Amino acid sequence: MNYAQLSHLQIDALREIGNIGAGNAATSMSKLIQKKIDMDIPDISIVSFDEVMDMVGGPENLIVGILFQIHGKAPGMVYLLFTLEEAESLVKQMTNNDEISLSMDGEKNDLAFSALQEAGNILAGSYLSALSDFTNINMQPSIPHLSVDMAGAILTVGLLQVSEVYDYAIIINTKINDAEEERKGINGQLLLLPSPESFNKIFQALGIQDHE
Amino acid sequence: MNKVQTVVKVGIADLNIVSAPDIIRTSGLGSCVGVVIYHTTKQIAGLAHVMLPDSKLGKQGTSNPLKYADTAIDILVEKLLRMGFRKSQLQAKIAGGAQMFQINTANDMMRIGKRNIEAVLSKLSEHQIPVIASDVGGNYGRTIEFDPQNSQLRIRTITKGEHII
Repeated sequence: MNYAQLSHLQIDALREIGNIGAGNAATSMSKLIQKKIDMDIPDISIVSFDEVMDMVGGPENLIVGILFQIHGKAPGMVYLLFTLEEAESLVKQMTNNDEISLSMDGEKNDLAFSALQEAGNILAGSYLSALSDFTNINMQPSIPHLSVDMAGAILTVGLLQVSEVYDYAIIINTKINDAEEERKGINGQLLLLPSPESFNKIFQALGIQDHE
Repeated sequence: MNKVQTVVKVGIADLNIVSAPDIIRTSGLGSCVGVVIYHTTKQIAGLAHVMLPDSKLGKQGTSNPLKYADTAIDILVEKLLRMGFRKSQLQAKIAGGAQMFQINTANDMMRIGKRNIEAVLSKLSEHQIPVIASDVGGNYGRTIEFDPQNSQLRIRTITKGEHII
């Protein structure tokens, strides 16, 4: 498959995957924090590695990233990304504690980290189970891997496998937003990076074999 | 002599060369390694941001050679030689090669930081370019900036502060 030349049909299929996955994740998030969560229409990008970093504010930008490997027939990676403020606001709502922050006296706060990982489990789990149901391909998330660091350092991990084969990545990017408080609320970004060999499996499963 | 100092940025899987007073920077190194090869008295420095250890890993022939430690260092050294320098006049400083996540898997990809460092060191030693200083490993990101005027490599991190090697 020529990676850079997806047909409209294939792009629509990937967008639908993003929609279904993120829709399910947004519902889980709503239940978790008992607030209404909206989501944007997923964006399918075919981007160079530098452009991937620009999607999250540049390589040096501080982000909170939770990474899951996807195990199963269509491997890949899922990232759940927050700004520091978004992550802390999520943890505050989950723990009902307005004082909590991700770091305490320069040390990481274990309770806040576990809460975030648990939120990650719920969101990535519901994202992937919707994808599995839709494609009929078994996809299981790994345990969550959490890091608070530079975007470049965090996102490169997900690009390594793709980079063995290509100089660009296909990313299915969905934003989920707090419907009530747009600026201070829980906003997050879900990035799905299927491994190169997974695309054909996904397209085949959906009955799209058109390679033009 | 009143040239304004500019900062030249190097992206992932890319390289560039600057001369003083300009400085050269690459941002957000995780498992990637930033390789600086420089000439102290001529105040020239090249920086490569390598992502993978070995070009033989590439599964397609058309891939960007600046992505791999072996080919990127060859190209950078070649460019410096073409500027009239001899290998014996060149020195190197390197940073990066972290392991950002403790992922347990049979997949070697997850230990790529370590393998990148090894590949860079072995390629530099093949060219007989001494590594004067390095700041590698760990589990955190780095932004690095090299000033050819004083051969200093400034390393910025989020949790471990900033230092110079």
